[in-house]
Amino acid sequence: MPSDQPLLSLRVVFLRQFLRHGRSIMTSPADVANPLLFFFMVITLFPLGLGPDPTTLAALSPGILWVVALLASLMVSAKLFASDFEDGSLEQLALAPYPLAVTALAEISAQWLATGFLLALLSPLFGVMLGLPDEGLLTLSVSLLLGTVCLTLIGALGSALTVSIRRGGLLLSLLIIPLNVPVLIFGTTAVREAVLGGNPESWLALLGGLALGSLVVAPLAIGAALRVSLDS
Amino acid sequence: MWTFIHKLGSPPWFFGFSGTLVRWLLPVTVTLLLVGAVWGLLVAPPDFRQGNSYRIIYIHVPAAVVALAGYYVMAFAGAVSLIWRIKMADVTMRAAAPVGAVLTAIALVTGAIWGKPTWGAWWVWDARITSMLILLFLYLGVVALFEAYENKTAAARACAVLSLVGMVNIPIIYKSVDWWYSLHQPASIKFTGESAIDSSMLYPLLLMILAFYCLFALTLLLNMRAELLWNHRDSGWLKQLVGDI
Amino acid sequence: MLLEVTQVAIERGDRRLLSDVDLSVSGGEIWQLVGANGVGKTSLLRGLAGVARLGVTGEIRHAGAFLYLGHASALKSSLSPVDNLRWHPASDVTASVGQICEALAAVNLAGYEYRPVGSLSAGQQRRVALARLLLSDAPLWLLDEPFTALDVAGCEWLEGCVRRHVNAGGATVFTSHQPSRFGPLQQDLDLGRYAV
Repeated sequence: MPSDQPLLSLRVVFLRQFLRHGRSIMTSPADVANPLLFFFMVITLFPLGLGPDPTTLAALSPGILWVVALLASLMVSAKLFASDFEDGSLEQLALAPYPLAVTALAEISAQWLATGFLLALLSPLFGVMLGLPDEGLLTLSVSLLLGTVCLTLIGALGSALTVSIRRGGLLLSLLIIPLNVPVLIFGTTAVREAVLGGNPESWLALLGGLALGSLVVAPLAIGAALRVSLDS
Repeated sequence: MWTFIHKLGSPPWFFGFSGTLVRWLLPVTVTLLLVGAVWGLLVAPPDFRQGNSYRIIYIHVPAAVVALAGYYVMAFAGAVSLIWRIKMADVTMRAAAPVGAVLTAIALVTGAIWGKPTWGAWWVWDARITSMLILLFLYLGVVALFEAYENKTAAARACAVLSLVGMVNIPIIYKSVDWWYSLHQPASIKFTGESAIDSSMLYPLLLMILAFYCLFALTLLLNMRAELLWNHRDSGWLKQLVGDI
Repeated sequence: MLLEVTQVAIERGDRRLLSDVDLSVSGGEIWQLVGANGVGKTSLLRGLAGVARLGVTGEIRHAGAFLYLGHASALKSSLSPVDNLRWHPASDVTASVGQICEALAAVNLAGYEYRPVGSLSAGQQRRVALARLLLSDAPLWLLDEPFTALDVAGCEWLEGCVRRHVNAGGATVFTSHQPSRFGPLQQDLDLGRYAV
């Protein structure tokens, strides 16, 4: 019921949308487990493809882990706004007297907690599997923690732009892969610096800067993109 | 000045204005391209280290420069379209995308042609070439997004949002690729160094860059006119114009 | 006057569907948007609600709050009706569990309050969506194909609901493929007149 004077504070709007989306995610554990399983299985492909030599794998592991994280993020992004679009919730959100940017950010936050955040927490396990030296494991986790914030936000933008297109999943990947390049570069460099005993903090700071920047800029673009998708 | 900008937003007025502009721009572009090409490819002295094979930069560098500038033109047109809802800005953006994409491709191909005799490999992952490649992907993304939408007005809106985000990202992408490259490559080899360029080689290069800017403008205007012809094929003013010819 | 529509045109992409649509809706009125398939009934209703903004030109003025129910039910299929109806994305009002259960009982869904919406039949899901009508206090209802998927009893209930709403001073604008149900009480807006 769109009315002229919004009565609720943005914080309440954010929270209720966050909780609703969170509850929705939790009702299907497959949506949380599948990206992690995907990550796990694709990681396994690399020793199979490159050979089991531990030195090679260890040297390549920061790149492998980050690229696979990026791919997993692409998979997850494709579904972000799809259910809202299909079941009509997006229409109703667009009618609300609250900015779509805020409600979208609430859903993105819930999504990130269920996917990127978990991935970052579990990443040291996969790092060990690929022979990443111990010095790199914490940095791997932190870099993925910050990096997945960017990846989720950029992925959400891709989803918002392609949600009204049939089979828009592949197009989504084409759109956001170039935008993810800086995150990939900063993330892998941070891990490599940590392994070499250098200075990963400056790279992590760059990642943090990207994350903050994305948090400010992306929701606006996502709100605009969602309105375009509703119009088409 | 504002009335001029206002007039640009009207298809019939723009069609007439661009017609005059094209008639003037075409010979200028052709002349500049010919003079620049002859000067650079034939007249300018051979390079101390690379001999004659460096001459491809007279195409490679202008294409690269204008390709990057073209993205900003596209994004700027998109911004105008989003903020002021001017349909002509949509047309500009839609026309700029394929032109920029082709220029980026030309830059990449000529970069490869330069690379083979200079460094022995068709493709080298150095900072500039890699950034160019990502720019190509950004362009192709805009084109693909436009084609994917059935509702073309919504398509233009979506592309405007995407190209604006791309525009904000481009400096970050270029910088990060720069850092990526300098971290990874062995210090002894420098693929693209900022070497001082002799004025006998610089002037033809600048001329070719100007020529390519004119080429971009020319192609953009022609593209826009074609788009307008299609969009307004049923309208009175166009029928009258064609009838007058 | 709850809704004033002046000289509204609806375009999809480069194609104009409707031109110069005028409509004014006051309390106590029922309006049905009538027209052939594809003439633009849903597009117009979405434009009136403000869901679609691109391609909608002209003046649309709302004098108060309204409730829009689209083709899709706007229900999260993994959540229960109670969870879904607690609050409406487009409104500020939170319904209490008691109110929700009353509303669900009125649409003949007592006992289904806590099942996931996805496990209900299409007709039942439609009734959950329509239960929003009982929980809202908006004077104007914009309903897109509200009678779809409803059985005879459901249709009768919805008719009664709309009549009660309108008798209390509200108004309803709806689209439907089915012929007029409200007899002399409703007015038709024939979109064929405005089609381009």
